[in-house]
Amino acid sequence: MELIFKLALVVVIFLISLLIAMYSTYAERKVAAFLQDRVGPNRAGPWGILQPLADGGKMFLKEEIIPTNANTFLFIVGPSLAIMTACIGSAVIPWGQKLTIGSYVIDLQVADINVGILYIFGVVSLGVYGIMIGGWASNNKYSLLGAIRAASQNISYEIAMGLSIIALLMVTGTLSLRQIAEQQHGFWQNGYFAWNAFKQPLGFLLFLVCAFAETNRSPFDLPECETELVGGYHTEYSSMKLGFYLFAEYINMFISSAVMATLFFGGYNFPFMDMIHSANLVTIIGVVVLFVKIFAFIFFFMWVRWTIPRFRYDQLMDLGWKVLIPLAIANIILTGLWTTFIRG
Amino acid sequence: MNTFYFIAFLSIFFAILVISAKNPVHSILYLVLTFFTFTIHYILLNAQFLAIVNFIVYMGAILVLFLYTLMLMNLNRDSEPVKSNLIKIAAVIGGGCFLVTIVASLKALGASQPVVLQNPNLGLVKNLGKVLFSEYLLPFEISSILLLSATVGAVLLATKESNKQTA
Repeated sequence: MELIFKLALVVVIFLISLLIAMYSTYAERKVAAFLQDRVGPNRAGPWGILQPLADGGKMFLKEEIIPTNANTFLFIVGPSLAIMTACIGSAVIPWGQKLTIGSYVIDLQVADINVGILYIFGVVSLGVYGIMIGGWASNNKYSLLGAIRAASQNISYEIAMGLSIIALLMVTGTLSLRQIAEQQHGFWQNGYFAWNAFKQPLGFLLFLVCAFAETNRSPFDLPECETELVGGYHTEYSSMKLGFYLFAEYINMFISSAVMATLFFGGYNFPFMDMIHSANLVTIIGVVVLFVKIFAFIFFFMWVRWTIPRFRYDQLMDLGWKVLIPLAIANIILTGLWTTFIRG
Repeated sequence: MNTFYFIAFLSIFFAILVISAKNPVHSILYLVLTFFTFTIHYILLNAQFLAIVNFIVYMGAILVLFLYTLMLMNLNRDSEPVKSNLIKIAAVIGGGCFLVTIVASLKALGASQPVVLQNPNLGLVKNLGKVLFSEYLLPFEISSILLLSATVGAVLLATKESNKQTA
């Protein structure tokens, strides 16, 4: 029975990720239109809400081209890996507390492994393989350059991301995402905010910037910089293989929003949650609240995309190595001093 | 135990593919798979931290850098240096000696004991951290100094090179 619930949860989370990724494309176009004072897609269905279906149908029906000199097998593996690594990150995120239906207790988390954060980190570090393999297999200069940029960018920002997480771990004292979410219970605790964003403001800022870089979102979308590299790593891709790359980016955005909401913004916790006495109601509101936080982050991703212009490549490296990493190390030292002398 | 044999078979299978693949990029990708099977081995041994660090550091960083360097190199067949026969013979003799040593040492050891962990939870982050920072503090610090000096050395070499070019 346990297994059936887990499988159902996996399927539901998978479908939700796909649905959110689909509607992120619509939201992106609507947000862009709003910020640029346009109308945006409004033809397919009321307010254009069927637009993602139309786009998806178009993607499937386009002709599929595999370049003659490309490495056929790796050319197909690239986008598959990209979408796979994007999807497996959701396994350790606690989507809510326990739900009790009759005699069954359903845990709204697929796997509560006690190295949850490191698992997320590992999945993020694998994400670059899809781009690198696809870019290399295309046998195209621009694709290769995009792939190389993606690799160096990911590795550089992974370091700063890891260091910013270390400072967070010094506060929480655990690597399990479930326990981190539980520690941020409610909103106000022991005379201070319970959410980690208020305990680790600098750590959160660093993590946010690195999340932008790791998901290849603007202003760090150098791997697909069309002014320099045509289409970047997916120049040679067409049809649904291109669709997978684009989809993977939106799923990555969704997962990293979920991670940020869980690590820094209390996950499924919300203010005054102790005043509701039905445990199931708290759980359901908690899930809704978590998704509201995730949508807020996704909106933030889009807002930044249409506000800040793209970095130049050397600026990107300077920011990563000369600003973010020293700041992250300073943050670790400050957190260490604080835990030893003030809290200790 | 069956899982172990299956994963061990996969490790060796992919490791052989690494050295037999014609294309260097394919070799690296097989190496990634080999390291992935190592991660599974660590999980089977209940060493979660080691497993995930192997995953992040080896699969996620070091092999990405390998792939990165390979992509920048010219991989045409004719640019490969042709090795002389003398080196080939030396390699065969060296490899043979290595094989003899390994077989001899395996025979000397006898059958390995089944793994019995004194503390099955040793591989968890908490326990591993406690052991590293109490019992093995000195080796830990020394290895970190070694890594630091390697980093400084690498930076020094890189800056020296660029100074020469500008001068």
